[in-house]
Amino acid sequence: MIERRPFTTLLAHALVLMGVLVVAFPIALAWIAATQTPEQIAQSIPMSMVPGDNLWSSLEQALFGGQTRKGNTLPAVAPMLWVSLVSAIIISTGKIVISLLSAFAIVYFRFPFRNLIFWLIFITLMLPVEVRIVPTYAVVSSLGMLDSYAGLTIPLMASATATFLFRQYFLVVPDELVEAARIDGAGPMRFFFDILLPLSRTSIAALFVIQFIYGWNQYLWPLLVTTSEDMYPIVMGIRRLMAGGDAATEWNVVMATALLAMIPPALVVILMQKWFVKGLVDTEK
Amino acid sequence: MTTEKRVLFKSKWLPWLLVAPQLIVVGLFFFLPAGQALVESVLESDAFGAGSTFVGLDNFSRLFADETYIQSFSTTAFFSILVAGSGLSISLLLAVMADRIVRGALFYKTLLILPYAVAPAVVGVLWVFMFTPSMGVISHVLKGAGIDWNHLLNGQHAMALIVTAAVWKQISYNFLFFLAGLQSVPKSLIEAAAIDGAGPWLRFWSVQLPLITPTAFFLLVVNIVYAFFDTFAIIDATTSGGPGKDTSVMVYKVYQDGFKAMDLGGSAAQSVILMAIVVALTVIQFRYVERRVNY
Amino acid sequence: MASITFNSIHKTYGHGAKTNAVIHDLNAHINDGEFVVIVGPSGCGKSTLLRMVAGLEDITGGSIAIGNRVVNDLEPAERDIAMVFQNYALYPHMSVYDNMAYGLKIAKVPSLEIKARVHKAAEILELSHLLERKPRELSGGQRQRVAMGRAIVRQPKVFLFDEPLSNLDAKLRLQTRLEIQKLHRELGITSLFVTHDQIEAMTLAQRMVVMNNGRVEQVGTPHEVYERPATAFVAGFIGSPPMNLLRHAPGSPDGQILGIRPEHLEITSDGWSVTLETVELLGAEKLIHARLGSENLSLRQDASCHHPSPGQSFFVSPRTQSMHWFDAQTGQRIHRT
Repeated sequence: MIERRPFTTLLAHALVLMGVLVVAFPIALAWIAATQTPEQIAQSIPMSMVPGDNLWSSLEQALFGGQTRKGNTLPAVAPMLWVSLVSAIIISTGKIVISLLSAFAIVYFRFPFRNLIFWLIFITLMLPVEVRIVPTYAVVSSLGMLDSYAGLTIPLMASATATFLFRQYFLVVPDELVEAARIDGAGPMRFFFDILLPLSRTSIAALFVIQFIYGWNQYLWPLLVTTSEDMYPIVMGIRRLMAGGDAATEWNVVMATALLAMIPPALVVILMQKWFVKGLVDTEK
Repeated sequence: MTTEKRVLFKSKWLPWLLVAPQLIVVGLFFFLPAGQALVESVLESDAFGAGSTFVGLDNFSRLFADETYIQSFSTTAFFSILVAGSGLSISLLLAVMADRIVRGALFYKTLLILPYAVAPAVVGVLWVFMFTPSMGVISHVLKGAGIDWNHLLNGQHAMALIVTAAVWKQISYNFLFFLAGLQSVPKSLIEAAAIDGAGPWLRFWSVQLPLITPTAFFLLVVNIVYAFFDTFAIIDATTSGGPGKDTSVMVYKVYQDGFKAMDLGGSAAQSVILMAIVVALTVIQFRYVERRVNY
Repeated sequence: MASITFNSIHKTYGHGAKTNAVIHDLNAHINDGEFVVIVGPSGCGKSTLLRMVAGLEDITGGSIAIGNRVVNDLEPAERDIAMVFQNYALYPHMSVYDNMAYGLKIAKVPSLEIKARVHKAAEILELSHLLERKPRELSGGQRQRVAMGRAIVRQPKVFLFDEPLSNLDAKLRLQTRLEIQKLHRELGITSLFVTHDQIEAMTLAQRMVVMNNGRVEQVGTPHEVYERPATAFVAGFIGSPPMNLLRHAPGSPDGQILGIRPEHLEITSDGWSVTLETVELLGAEKLIHARLGSENLSLRQDASCHHPSPGQSFFVSPRTQSMHWFDAQTGQRIHRT
């Protein structure tokens, strides 16, 4: 912005603030709802905007389940949090590890079918799980992986976003570093661990954020692959809390659960914001 | 950027070992199912799994003759245009405004990124809560304005709900890319335009906007793909494809036909069609975007 | 320490119809402990040759021997060499100490020994106070010294330098040149130094290999190459300002090129008739550019001497004993008594 135009700046601030408010509103509302009791929520239509003091109770009910005043039995959300956490971590670390290895092989070695293999992996960028749900389910089922962490995580590692990003990054690493390492006597794996990995730290961090959120936010796939309640991730479990229909739903507990489901990914994004934004924009180039 | 390094390692067996994990995962969980979908799409199987017969393109022609399928096609198309169109315009506006702000920029950016972290399913839950006919905050406001909101009964209301929820979720992603695109326009170009006498709006239209068209095009494709595929959770959490079939987009139909109605052949055929659409979109994006990004 | 022998070296890139021969039948021998500079214009194959000694490029034909060992099939690490790169090639995430120690760690040298060697090299190169820093905190000159330190600690048989001074500014280049000379005096390790700068070559080399288009034009001491260039190319390449190469000097036979250095031409009262174009003041000397018929020539003069004005005609004469003759077709030197 070159000229000093206080009006335009004010307008800009106003619009962005409005945008932020619209964006934050649902989340703020959820928080307010979680702080009230079911009676308070039902009392006024619409729900009053004044926060109550029922927050801890709502959270407690959400986390540990049990009987509620309305007579519903709620499942405990705490185990679901754990399932989500474990699967998100498995998905992100697993994907990063196998992608680092393949990107390294594709960039730094010459071997027959190398190009073909690269294109095969590349094609997977194009098809999200949702498109092939039925047959993928069949494969997972026949491998006996239903209701397991393996079934929840491994099929989601099949896409090539990470491999592609790492490949782009490796191509830009100066050739001389490899040559100096070769002269120093480093073999390929030594070079990989001692030099390439430390240099890739930012890419790995950015990808970790993206993949963690991807893993945490999975809905359709866990829906298909799990039947036993103790393998439900929280994002899937929350849906079931609403099964009873409007009036029967204990909205304060549902909103408390929503908050619980939002906190870990939000934390990851906020804490690693710098790397994440950079990595997101770089991934798609 | 070169596509080949000058210096390569010489081992013959090591690279195979390194790509093996990815190839196994991709082979088992991508190519195998994709292949099976292709195979299933030309078969019709007995509901009890006792056998299947080759029926050629029957499943496909059956689909195209099926009214509900055609409807899901148009529902999906309508849905994606709305989501992509409004999503892009709103984010662009926000990005342009945010580009002008120096103070508080980090604060705004952090908050605007939050929807990215929220799971689509949770997004659905949040928006349902705001819009429940009986006690939702926003549905109350709408009632006060004379609109009898009920997305459980009114198909248009249902569509409006999922569009709003889906756009809300995508704002962050689009915003980030637009902002990055705007900020990568060389300051010298903008300054030159200012010296030439262009005011801020003219500068935006003639300098910045043309230079972010690659970003915009890329986002358009991404948003369409998003609308097609990543919105399953939002829809399941809010309208479950209803009322009736009013918000049953193609991906939702695949799920219903495959898992609820057990029509494996039909579901597979639908999957194949979806695959073809995505491949086409991705190819367009790569060829068009790669060619345009030449600055 | 060891000698290097190049035996009928061929290097081609690509295959079939797209074969590109980069080095043709090259033979040379470098003695134990010598500092040899390979010099030539861009694209002449000098870096490729160096990298073949290092093992970073395959040898298409012929053999290279270090000492008595033919090294064609050996990995770089097995050849007992060390290399200093144009872009330093320091590991950005490691400290100066770790950069220098890396190769030794891989060779499983005991850590006390590593410490001793690194500290000794750091002392020689005046890096002792920088050992804990990362490369990005160092200046260009310091980085280059770290690169040299990394090479020294390995105590190799051969040092290879790939245009190490090209990325330094003029003043630093001079300084580092002197340091390299000092190093060679102290350590006496066989060194191969590649550069496109003939001044670097002249000042550093004990012997030079002048290359052009993948072939060796001449091998000799700086003195030999300067005083008795073997081809017209060498004559024009070595020496600054460059030697005048005239096809149509008065009195010269057809098909022969006369080479005469600017310092061997004098302004006389009679001789070749030339027209003055420009004069460059170089400080202690002047460089006079003139036109002889259809060709240009330059001559050197003391700054204090009087010179004609631009556009004026005057006479110059060559010093007869400093005239060089080359065949116009082959570029080869013609021996005359």
